[in-house]
Amino acid sequence: MSWETVIGLEIHVQLATKTKIFSGSSTAFGAEPNTQACAIDLALPGILPVLNAEAVRMALMFGLAIDAEIPKRSVFERKNYFYPDLPKGYQTTQLAEPIVGAGHVDVDLADGSTKRIRIHHAHLEEDAGKSLHEDYAGQSGIDLNRAGTPLIEIVTEPDMRSAEEAVAFAKKLHGIVTTLGICDGEMAQGSMRFDVNISVRKKGAELGTRTETKNLNSFRFMEEAIKLEVERQIDVIEDGGRVIQETRLYNGDTKTARSMRSKEEANDYRYFPCPDLLPVVIEDSYIAELKATLPELPDAKQKRFVVQYGLSAYDASILSADRVMSAYFEEVVTASGDAKLAANWVIGDLSAALNRSSLELGQSPVSSVQLGDMIARIKDGTISGKIAKQVFELMWTEGGTADEIIEKQGLKQVSDSGAIEKIVDDIIAASPQQVENYRGATEDKRPKMLGFFVGQIMKASQGKANPQQVNEILLKKLEG
Amino acid sequence: MHNLTLAQTAQALADKQFSSREVTQHYLDRIARLDKNYNSFITVTADLALAEADAADARRANGKADFLTGVPFAHKDIFCTKGVRTSCGSRMLDNFISPYDATVVEKYRAAGMVMLGKTNMDEFAMGSSNETSFYGPVNNPWDTSCVPGGSSGGSATCVAARLVPGATATDTGGSIRQPAALCGITGLKPTYGRVSRWGMIAFASSLDQAGPMARTAEDVALMLGAMAGFDPKDSTCLDKEVPDYLADLNKDLRGLKIGVPREYFGEGLNEKTAAQVQNALREYEKLGATLVDISLPHSALAVPAYYVIAPAECSANLSRFDGVRYGYRCEKPQDLSDMYCRTRAEGFGEEVKRRILVGAYALSAGFYDAYYRKAQQVRRLIQQDFIDAFKQVDVIMGPTSPSPAFAFGAKGSDPVAMYLEDIYTIATNLAGLPGMSLPCGFVDNKPVGLQIIGNYFDEARMLNVAHRYQQVSDWHMQMPAGVAV
Repeated sequence: MSWETVIGLEIHVQLATKTKIFSGSSTAFGAEPNTQACAIDLALPGILPVLNAEAVRMALMFGLAIDAEIPKRSVFERKNYFYPDLPKGYQTTQLAEPIVGAGHVDVDLADGSTKRIRIHHAHLEEDAGKSLHEDYAGQSGIDLNRAGTPLIEIVTEPDMRSAEEAVAFAKKLHGIVTTLGICDGEMAQGSMRFDVNISVRKKGAELGTRTETKNLNSFRFMEEAIKLEVERQIDVIEDGGRVIQETRLYNGDTKTARSMRSKEEANDYRYFPCPDLLPVVIEDSYIAELKATLPELPDAKQKRFVVQYGLSAYDASILSADRVMSAYFEEVVTASGDAKLAANWVIGDLSAALNRSSLELGQSPVSSVQLGDMIARIKDGTISGKIAKQVFELMWTEGGTADEIIEKQGLKQVSDSGAIEKIVDDIIAASPQQVENYRGATEDKRPKMLGFFVGQIMKASQGKANPQQVNEILLKKLEG
Repeated sequence: MHNLTLAQTAQALADKQFSSREVTQHYLDRIARLDKNYNSFITVTADLALAEADAADARRANGKADFLTGVPFAHKDIFCTKGVRTSCGSRMLDNFISPYDATVVEKYRAAGMVMLGKTNMDEFAMGSSNETSFYGPVNNPWDTSCVPGGSSGGSATCVAARLVPGATATDTGGSIRQPAALCGITGLKPTYGRVSRWGMIAFASSLDQAGPMARTAEDVALMLGAMAGFDPKDSTCLDKEVPDYLADLNKDLRGLKIGVPREYFGEGLNEKTAAQVQNALREYEKLGATLVDISLPHSALAVPAYYVIAPAECSANLSRFDGVRYGYRCEKPQDLSDMYCRTRAEGFGEEVKRRILVGAYALSAGFYDAYYRKAQQVRRLIQQDFIDAFKQVDVIMGPTSPSPAFAFGAKGSDPVAMYLEDIYTIATNLAGLPGMSLPCGFVDNKPVGLQIIGNYFDEARMLNVAHRYQQVSDWHMQMPAGVAV
């Protein structure tokens, strides 16, 4: 009997507020250590938290985007534990009464099916600081710039059954929070961090014992970590052992994972309601106000792309997945006037080039307008699709507009029928044997044989001959 | 000069009978000469005080003085004061110089008041005798072999000993009212949310409230007016207008209904103390008030509920004292765990550690429902008792503490006996109500306090009720021997 993997996720999403959740310090990334930590973030004696209304708004926007229940009231609690980068000795978070209740996210899978992942809840909390162990021999440095950065922690039900599903869900979530503008989505900077709960079982059996792999901050690491852990658990069980409930850490560099602590060592966090903060009560009118400001979300955008641009559901789901992607795509459509070509180029050559260079779309050396203008040249017959690949490469490495490159490199397509006819005549004259073979062949074999002539002609024209005209003229001459 | 009340001092400054520098110097001299008998100050800020006094005099010369400008006073060492050590009575913060001012400190600074120093207190405000201070106990001016009460024992003592005309204090379970009673002065714990807690080092956040201590209700009214008000930095502070607390001070008390809870006169109350309180109640009848026998049926549950909630909150509030960023750190820690353990073992005193342990226990998995949740339910019942009572009466009166000042060490070995000191004061903190204590007699030459509990935000009426009594009594004007010199 085969094994079934059961996966649930907890995702920490840093909210894109200007200031921290309980203080006025900046949340900007990358500042000198401890330059963005005020008295509140340092937990000086006597300080008090004041809740950032913008963090509440962003959490609620997420709740609305996943069609979640929004409880009337939510409560902040203190989660008690000692760690040097946790200045108060407790994290202010939510437990019994979170800001966002049960909701769901629908994920399109590569096989064309759609899967609903249920969200158990999402709660607001503050991030901790960072411990810097590398730079100080025998000592640890503490950077509290991140301490107090607002997070929503999103907790799913154990609804995913493979690494691919988990990653597809994670990408969808990334698209939702970036489209909402509540998170910058910069995973390398820790803006979204995934904790993965994994267990395996025989199909139809009770849930197995789960482990939690913490703090995965790229989709690739997440996929690798899940596959590794699933294999490990199956090996343990097939060797007659038992999976122990534990927290694990995955190392993306060495592609290995290790146990961090077992459940027996788990803390008793002694949660209790934070007496410094009042319960948050959400008015219906505020929810209505926020609903009106919801942007077009990936699901709606996908449907529109199918209808408006005639894309396949799968292409539409890729292009609508996140705000940067969908905006880029629509700009290419506008500039090029051809949605299908735009989709092909964005999903195909552009994505491949980005992957090769390990760049995010936002860092692409080719702008949407550059790409769109180039596609327009394909559409108006100035260049062929094949030549376009050359133009794109040059655009990527050296910059410049499509027109500039076409002009400079002399890549303009030849559509002068006289010039093409001459080339065709030359090729036919130089290939009497092939001409004879062609004319002697049956109708069904001819198209294949035509390829030889087209290849020769394109070669002779350095790829610039208009393929459609080449075809027409060639057929006329051969079958004359 | 030191026989003047705070209001009289302010008036004398306005009348230019003396300068702020003169009165400040006078009190600094008294502190230097007399406080060795009391130990009521942890830190005296003489130079700073004189500079503030000069600034106050200059402000008055420019015609920009407020009524309290130039008046000397002291802050309890629980309020963060920029550039000045803020110890909270603990070794843990013996080296802590606050980089910022508490809102109360800021407000008094803005009013031009002159801080003479920081007063002694039970460590982190945990105690009812001032015996838990890292800086040693405070001696009661009426009998230096006795405690001044706590935790605001230093503030109460320096006011009673005429070392300042007034002082700030805080009250979590009675820490303003009980020492006020034991030292024969007037003190008021406002409604929870009336005064900002920003910069006031937290003991139990849902119970802590700052308030003033002085000799008279009028002084207390002046000081409260200057510290109360909304503060956006404290989410539990109410955005409610601050009335003029002097406006109704002299209002007639005829028709006033005074609730006398029978639970406050039962077993455990010193008979002589009870007699003094009864005398005061009769005095109120003479002033035209009616006494109403009332019941606060859940009174007996207040102390046990408090000793779950307050330690639970403090167990988290005091976690930040970990030796990482400021304050005490143990010598040569071996590793992180060693640093935490020894820093906290050495930096905190016994009573603080006891309460952290009790609180952590009450919040532990498996005990939360039985202790913390239950205590919160009890808290609501206690609050409901008062809500019901205030449907019938205007104020509630009773003793502030069960007996007068006791000898050092008398309750040291038995924490529960010490906890019962606050049996009459704790319920008001649990309910968030305002309470005050004013002198109403003596037992064996030691002062007795009358407690007035008011309805929410009814401080003005309480001050009126207290002031009228002080117009027909002089308990609050009595002076301990040894203070006159």
